[in-house]
Amino acid sequence: MEDATQPSFGGKPTCWDAGKADGDQKSISLMVTPVVQGRGLVKRYGHVTAIDHSDFDLFPGEVLAVIGDNGAGKSSIVKAICGAVIPDEGEIQIEGEVVHFTSPLDAREKGIEIVYQQLALSPALSIADNMFAGRELRKPGFMGKYLRQLDKRAMETFARDKLTELGLMTVQSINQPVETLSGGQRQGVAVARAAAFAKKFIIMDEPTAALGVKESRRVLELVQDVRTKGIPIILISHNMPHVFEVADRVHIHRLGKRHAVVDPNNITMSDAVAIMTGAMDPPPIDEQQLTPITQAA
Amino acid sequence: MSKTAPGGQDYESTLSSVARFFGRRHRQGGQDYESTLSNASDQVAEFDQPTGFIHKVQHTLHTNPSLVPLIVLLLSIAVFGLLLGSRFFSPFALTLILQQVQIVGIAAAAQSLVILTAGIDLSVGAIMVISSVVMGQFTFRYGLPPEISIICGLICGTVIGFINGFLVARVKLPPFIVTLGMWQIVLATNFLYSANETIRAQDIEASAPILQFFGTVISIGSARLTYGAIFMVLLFLILAYLLKQTAWGRHVYAVGDDPEAAELSGIEIKKVLISVYMLSGLICAFAGWALIGRIGSVSPTSGQLANIESITAVVIGGTSLFGGRGAVMGSLFGALIVGVFTLGLRLLGADAQWTYLLIGVLIIGAVAVDQWIRKVSA
Repeated sequence: MEDATQPSFGGKPTCWDAGKADGDQKSISLMVTPVVQGRGLVKRYGHVTAIDHSDFDLFPGEVLAVIGDNGAGKSSIVKAICGAVIPDEGEIQIEGEVVHFTSPLDAREKGIEIVYQQLALSPALSIADNMFAGRELRKPGFMGKYLRQLDKRAMETFARDKLTELGLMTVQSINQPVETLSGGQRQGVAVARAAAFAKKFIIMDEPTAALGVKESRRVLELVQDVRTKGIPIILISHNMPHVFEVADRVHIHRLGKRHAVVDPNNITMSDAVAIMTGAMDPPPIDEQQLTPITQAA
Repeated sequence: MSKTAPGGQDYESTLSSVARFFGRRHRQGGQDYESTLSNASDQVAEFDQPTGFIHKVQHTLHTNPSLVPLIVLLLSIAVFGLLLGSRFFSPFALTLILQQVQIVGIAAAAQSLVILTAGIDLSVGAIMVISSVVMGQFTFRYGLPPEISIICGLICGTVIGFINGFLVARVKLPPFIVTLGMWQIVLATNFLYSANETIRAQDIEASAPILQFFGTVISIGSARLTYGAIFMVLLFLILAYLLKQTAWGRHVYAVGDDPEAAELSGIEIKKVLISVYMLSGLICAFAGWALIGRIGSVSPTSGQLANIESITAVVIGGTSLFGGRGAVMGSLFGALIVGVFTLGLRLLGADAQWTYLLIGVLIIGAVAVDQWIRKVSA
């Protein structure tokens, strides 16, 4: 690919047509190492190319929204980043280090958390059990080491703290089964779990799709809260108002590629949708927002 | 369309060309549909404590699913005790119940594990019998030391469990089909291998008494406990610990509850499933050993009802057949309830069919209660 020689992010943008890439870059002041950097990613399923030489960048502390029409491949590229899909070609770096995930568990070990659309919570288990599913804490000493006893109190305290941190807790019981919660509360638990364990970043797949207006609002506030904690977020969403409200940058995916990256403050929703659906050409490279928005700018 | 928010964007209007293509009129003008939210109550994320007595009962049962069978058990003991007096309410009769339910109880422990993962194990009876036959035949046909034969029998049960687990977890066949097939395969193998021969109790007693180990009786006053009965109770306590207090146990519940969610939260569901079926096979093999102690001989035709009776015990014990809910202790209570009814009605001189009739009622009642408890979220 054309970007094989690109040192890092500060160089030329490479995702679309190389002719345009010669244009000046605007306001690149810092050489920030991206949290995620994908270059030339390809994934084919038979004749279908789900990811077509796409690039991807996520920078520290930002909310990056990924939008795209149905079938544009936005799920595929995000899955490639979290190990659920193994790309045929291309390279993914996490904080500058090349990674080859073969399953979402690999990504999880690296400190990448995913909030799934279908939530991934076990309804009959408690909030605490759910938060620690697959990474339970054991008691110290003999009981934990040899009898493998769980340290329920520590897990409950931790879960309670994390929920409180996100303002989700007015609670009596952290041992309440998740199925007794409303959709928004469940999403809250899922977000809290991700925020508690994410060391690198969080991927949120349509976190508001199944929620009512009021609950969506609460989840968007959670997204803001998590960002305030300094954890970058990849947000996949169909909901333009939500995207424009919380995103720092908007990655527009089209036909398996990164089609454009825009600053939501400099573009209207209708233009973003137009670019996304192909009704409008993407803005020239130098008007795009391929780098993080710096405070100075 | 009268109200447009300041800065509201007509982000969908570019789609109108698309919409027109489909002959539809598209909505024009963005709306600030969230502006009224400031008036809305923002108590979304609070966890309300349900009130009211019924709600409390429902909630308690939700968290302690084995409470219902325990209450039923205590009630039935009390009722039969009142009706029969000291004939029933004696250490002898009560420990007799333990002895009578030990085989079904152990099999029900195995069955509970599988049912908790939303599966079902129709091969528990067959695994039990073939394990006991292996223990007997290895000792008497090949002249192996009985201890080695017992280990071979236990391994045999575990291996069959592994095959079940492999087919369920890896090949992704429905547990019902896998274990239905395995039931037939194992039972047929059992008859072919043993040539339908029974090893007589006297022979076992003479040359390999350890095979009857679980039949050993300890008498405390008029109470008569067998090692098999004690083993059953210990087994339930161990399983209860594993399920409640270890990560593996929580994973068993998670897998039964919603396998997809469990996998997405990072639980290795295939490993969990295979381990459950293996453990179930091992427990069934122990049941086979206990069976030798209970009937004295090794008979390839024994234990035929263990399948249905173990499922009955689990269901009466409040474990949901849909997986993920229930407690293993409930299955012990379920098995004991059946034992109490059987003995109680027999002592009353009632027709044995009354036992089956009442057990049928209990099964349906237990599932009805389960359905009610599930609605706790509503």
